[in-house]
Amino acid sequence: MPARPLLAVHDLAVTFTQRRRRDVRAVDGISFSLGEGSVVGLVGESGCGKSVTSLALMGLLPPRGVQVSGRALFRPGGGDAEVDLLSLPTRRMRDLRGRELAMVFQDPLSSLNPVVPIGRQVTEILVRHRGLKGAAARSAAAELLERVGIPDPRRRLSEYPHELSGGMRQRALIAMAVACRPRLMIADEPTTALDVTIQAQILELLKELVTEEGTALLMITHDLGVVAGLCDEINVLYAGRVVEGAPRHDLFRAPTHPYTSGLLRSIPRLDAPRDEPLTPIRGTVNDAIEWADGCAFAPRCDNYAEDCLGGPPDMREERTGHRFRCVHPVHGRAPGVPEPTATQGGDR
Amino acid sequence: MSLLEIKDLKVHFPIKSGVLVDRTVGHVYAVDGVSLDIEAGTTYGLVGESGCGKTTLGRAVLRLVPVTGGEVWINGVDLAHLPEEEMRRSRRQAQMVFQDPLGSLDPRQNIESLLMEGLEVHGVGAGRSERRRYVLDALDAVGLPERALNRYPHEFSGGQRQRIGIARALVLEPDLIICDEPVSALDVSIQAQVLNLLEELQRERGLTYLMIAHDLAVVRHVSDAVGVMYLGALVEEAGSDALYTDPRHPYTRALVSAVPVPDPVVEDARERILLQGDLPSPADPPTGCRFHTRCPWRQEERCDTERPELRPVGEGHRVACHYAEEIAAGEIAPRGVVGPG
Ligand SMILES: Nc1ncnc2c1ncn2[C@@H]1O[C@H](COP(=O)(O)OP(=O)(O)OP(=O)(O)O)[C@@H](O)[C@H]1O
Ligand SMILES: Nc1ncnc2c1ncn2[C@@H]1O[C@H](COP(=O)(O)OP(=O)(O)OP(=O)(O)O)[C@@H](O)[C@H]1O
Ligand code: SF4
Ligand code: SF4
Ligand SMILES: [Mg+2]
Ligand SMILES: [Mg+2]
Repeated sequence: MPARPLLAVHDLAVTFTQRRRRDVRAVDGISFSLGEGSVVGLVGESGCGKSVTSLALMGLLPPRGVQVSGRALFRPGGGDAEVDLLSLPTRRMRDLRGRELAMVFQDPLSSLNPVVPIGRQVTEILVRHRGLKGAAARSAAAELLERVGIPDPRRRLSEYPHELSGGMRQRALIAMAVACRPRLMIADEPTTALDVTIQAQILELLKELVTEEGTALLMITHDLGVVAGLCDEINVLYAGRVVEGAPRHDLFRAPTHPYTSGLLRSIPRLDAPRDEPLTPIRGTVNDAIEWADGCAFAPRCDNYAEDCLGGPPDMREERTGHRFRCVHPVHGRAPGVPEPTATQGGDR
Repeated sequence: MSLLEIKDLKVHFPIKSGVLVDRTVGHVYAVDGVSLDIEAGTTYGLVGESGCGKTTLGRAVLRLVPVTGGEVWINGVDLAHLPEEEMRRSRRQAQMVFQDPLGSLDPRQNIESLLMEGLEVHGVGAGRSERRRYVLDALDAVGLPERALNRYPHEFSGGQRQRIGIARALVLEPDLIICDEPVSALDVSIQAQVLNLLEELQRERGLTYLMIAHDLAVVRHVSDAVGVMYLGALVEEAGSDALYTDPRHPYTRALVSAVPVPDPVVEDARERILLQGDLPSPADPPTGCRFHTRCPWRQEERCDTERPELRPVGEGHRVACHYAEEIAAGEIAPRGVVGPG
């Protein structure tokens, strides 16, 4: 029997209520879970609710003008006791954020203090959350910077965020995130602003941290290539809901929701021959209808039929661990995966 | 025939300093000696990291930045040596499509006036009704309806705005379109729509493209030939397929190995070449081979002191590395390669 997950999100919904404007239902019932030390991906296009989900889990949504419902059960310290991150008092949440939960954002400049040297920012965390003092804290900070691949860390301690390159800043932010050895790290597009060779360095670093420190990682990105190499489990979001979720090999070998399969057909693959055609998904995300009225992907879907309307399609599970929310799923193969041949298996 | 020929192009931006008198204290070597040819009706892709000079090169072709040295020939004519009036007319042959569709469109102009503008500036079409015909034709070519004409840019989605940007270039019936990151601001499902549109327009109208983008997979997909830039210079040029199957320059190898592929089977089996450190400043480029500060195959002396020239290593394949042959033969071992898994 599988162990209880470290984090289990049930039916998370977030609605922004704005005066004199229509409410925005940014997240519309998201469920997924994440095991201890595992890497889970949330992927989807702009506006599908990835960042709002992560902010809700971290308790960082604005205090006013937002309604949150659902549960996010987290086991502090990996123990038996569970807390609901969505209803925890602010003080407890702040405490958890320092020790057990950490977050890395896309734009490190906005999450680093511009007028405080990097070293002091890292040291402060060590003092506050690990009870280190003075020289011990400073040398632990230097060790951390070295750990995340910042060259010449002792000298860097006195540098300000703007003196570092984008890649180095993101490393510094990761150093701060892992300073208190969190049990769960949420990374929201941590490499999107970086060049691809620097992205490769950062992804390698994240992989190392997960393996060596046992930190679980919730990886948020729009890049299906990034999750393919990094995540154990992947959840695909569309218009505020998970439309498909599966272990990574399953998802890419047998994408089942028309949206997932459409995405894979519309991405140029680096390893594809130059003349392989792309098949775009028609329309745009703005064509979505409300889930309450039916499948939000319906206006763009080739498999659409009338029974796709009248409420959100149920989440179904056909193979173990492979879930999808669709009435007429595709059972196609991903582009680039060969047809199985009759000789396969019996061939020796 | 070559539609665009660039010979030893250089764009050096002066770095100014001084309180009373502007003094030039150095230069940003944004483009520093690039030569390339683009065959009529084909697509040439230009890739490289942020700040390597891609946009500057594209703008230099259109003379939108001051050119420090070198030549740009379009349709066999050197723009620099044309009288002002003729140069303005020649400019019509080459148009640009930008990354940020909203930022490059004036929000107060409706689509009709945005598309008319270029025609008026270049004096194309006899009278308003003929111009309107050109505009409708361009709009139709990018798949937008006639009623789009009296709407404003903010009323359109990102993908539609990019179509408008393309229509604005197309309406002048150019031979060459320089696309600077045309799809990088778009969601992947929309990227494919725009890439397919560009390919279709090329087939129908025999357009030539210079396709600038940082996404190697996108560039390979649309390009016949690809040039890889590093710190203002080309380090490799190859056919689109060869660039993936047979990359020769260490930087290209690292780039190819770093691009994530949406397929776990491929990802698990890949060897990743991790570069150390960051891109050096183009204001103070390294001596010798500009890549030597990050190159996993760097050799003492020669790499640090002698700048490698872009030299042919096969049909349509050029590379700027002293040791390309030895590296291909496996005679020099790299540092910093991460194995599969
Ligand atoms: N503070 C807010 N007030 C009102 N609406 C909001 C607010 N924050 C987000 N939204 C809306 O919620 C939806 C989801 O936004 P979110 O930022 O989670 O998207 P995302 O998936 O992270 O997209 P991206 O890939 O662009 O970062 C969007 O429609 C967005 O406009
Ligand atoms: N007008 C200018 N004045 C001074 N320096 C400039 C100017 N335009 C560009 N540069 C510098 O020239 C170098 C090349 O810039 P360029 O915009 O061509 O790079 P790029 O390859 O297009 O990068 P990106 O991928 O980020 O768009 C950079 O260091 C940039 O800061
Ligand atoms: S439920 Fe219907 S409309 Fe929605 S994805 Fe499935 S087939 Fe398409
Ligand atoms: S010339 Fe030397 S430093 Fe430059 S790419 Fe070749 S091996 Fe590397
Ligand atoms: Mg976001
Ligand atoms: Mg640019």
